[in-house]
Amino acid sequence: MTAMLEVERLEKRFGGVRAVDGLSFHVDKGEALGIIGPNGAGKTTVFNLITRFYTPDSGRIRFMGRAITHFPPYRLARLGIARTFQNLRLFKDLTVLENITSAHLTGHSYSPLSGIFRTRKHLRIEREARENAMMLVDFLGLGGKEQTPAGSLPYGEQRRLEMARALAIRPRLLLIDEPGAGMNPREIKDLLTTLREVKERFDLTIVMIEHQMGLVMNISDRILVMDFGEKIMEGTPSEVKKDRRVIEAYLGEEPV
Amino acid sequence: MRFLLESRKLILLAAGIYIVLKLLFNIGIVSEYIQQITIYVFIVVLAATGLNVIYGYTGQFSLGHAAFYGIGAYTSAYLVKTLGLDSVFALPATLLAGGIMAGLVACVIGIPILRLRDDFLGIATLGFGILVRVFFDNSDRISETLGGSRGFTGIAKLTSLETTFVVTVFLLIVTSNLISSRYGLFWRCIKDDETASASIGIDTTRMKLMAFSYGCFLAGVAGALYAHLYTFLHPSNFDFLKSIDFLIIVILGGMGNIAGTIWAGLIWVGFIEGLRIVLPSNILDLRWVFIPLLLIGLMMWKPYGLMSKKKGDG
Repeated sequence: MTAMLEVERLEKRFGGVRAVDGLSFHVDKGEALGIIGPNGAGKTTVFNLITRFYTPDSGRIRFMGRAITHFPPYRLARLGIARTFQNLRLFKDLTVLENITSAHLTGHSYSPLSGIFRTRKHLRIEREARENAMMLVDFLGLGGKEQTPAGSLPYGEQRRLEMARALAIRPRLLLIDEPGAGMNPREIKDLLTTLREVKERFDLTIVMIEHQMGLVMNISDRILVMDFGEKIMEGTPSEVKKDRRVIEAYLGEEPV
Repeated sequence: MRFLLESRKLILLAAGIYIVLKLLFNIGIVSEYIQQITIYVFIVVLAATGLNVIYGYTGQFSLGHAAFYGIGAYTSAYLVKTLGLDSVFALPATLLAGGIMAGLVACVIGIPILRLRDDFLGIATLGFGILVRVFFDNSDRISETLGGSRGFTGIAKLTSLETTFVVTVFLLIVTSNLISSRYGLFWRCIKDDETASASIGIDTTRMKLMAFSYGCFLAGVAGALYAHLYTFLHPSNFDFLKSIDFLIIVILGGMGNIAGTIWAGLIWVGFIEGLRIVLPSNILDLRWVFIPLLLIGLMMWKPYGLMSKKKGDG
């Protein structure tokens, strides 16, 4: 197996706090890696470092064999790294369809002049963007809501729209930050099905931060456990569930 | 051509308006002064549309728009005067030169300042506006022609109803097509959430710079038209208060609404010039009291602009 993402001795300090402290891990192609750990363990910071919303203090990140540590966020997206956000970041005033087409159009370019004079190329690309967006709308069960402003969708649908938008850039690697936050067990079950379908259909490699054990243990091939910015262990879901250090640091004294 | 075909309704509407105006002008019931004001409306609309691209669509708060309007005006006037280009046929070239100069300056100052957000960007553009005003005030040290604080005099009158009409309508269609293209979509994404925009692959720095330069280009062309309409430029025409005028028009018409900007430009000029006719000369300065009152009222009853459908429209 080839590594899709390799992270080496990644470090980030905020003032005196070591948010991420010499973290190394890798994700293989087609794999699903779950990242768990108590609040403040530095999980989201890792995502922000990979997507370069934060600048690492030191360490290296490679994506499909390529050093990407110093690429700006938009270039990482165009290389095929998509992400969703813990607190949802949709374009609230834009419609559902516009949220998705905008993502598609970043990878399919035509010149400003082509847009002004409405050339054939412009019309073709815009049509493809719409068709692709409609496909994603159907796939994620947002049919009938195409023209609704994203901000007025119910919470669950906003989550799905954010997923659709991330998929519209045709990613190879998808970073998902707490997709199950604020969902009831029923919704979690649906989410699990959706995630499995998405992974299969779009041939994705997934890294997921999640607190809901039912979700993360079910979908992940491997789990990385973090505490205080460090990796405390790594292994298959069943290994992690049994590990004493993990149980103490994260799951509590009693085994689950 | 698809460009003309798709915009045929707008072009027909514009042609209709043009014919009506031309007839009114020719019958002679409209004074020279009103004719000039009518042309001025188009110029104001064009410049305000530029600010709408920058602020209304892309969310970049600029308090220095009049500076770019001035740069366009001075550039075109200077070229015409020093190169002796005082024919209507050279006008498209000098208008373009005025626009490009404004766009280039915007690009150069945009690179460092567009990384600022909201109020901070407002203050930086405000500072730039003051800088340009001071430059115009002292421009006679560079070239006597520019006139410094005495003003730039003896500019050829080249702007007619026709030129203004054609240029404004053409640029409005260009702008509206640009806005409905991927570029306009990216601008609206950036206004909504810059972090999310970057996460889906939008080069936010470049897109903001593009919107800013293009909006200032429109201001520059408008300024050039203005220079050849009034034939006299004074630094005070391009100061902070002028920037506020454009801002009011954009807010009045509704952020990110081109049709709104057209109406608001008309209302704005009509209001100011109308009061000049209606009010006795000894209380003429009260105009500047009515306008802020109008603005306060607007914010209370129509915070999303006169043309907005949000809250109590129609």
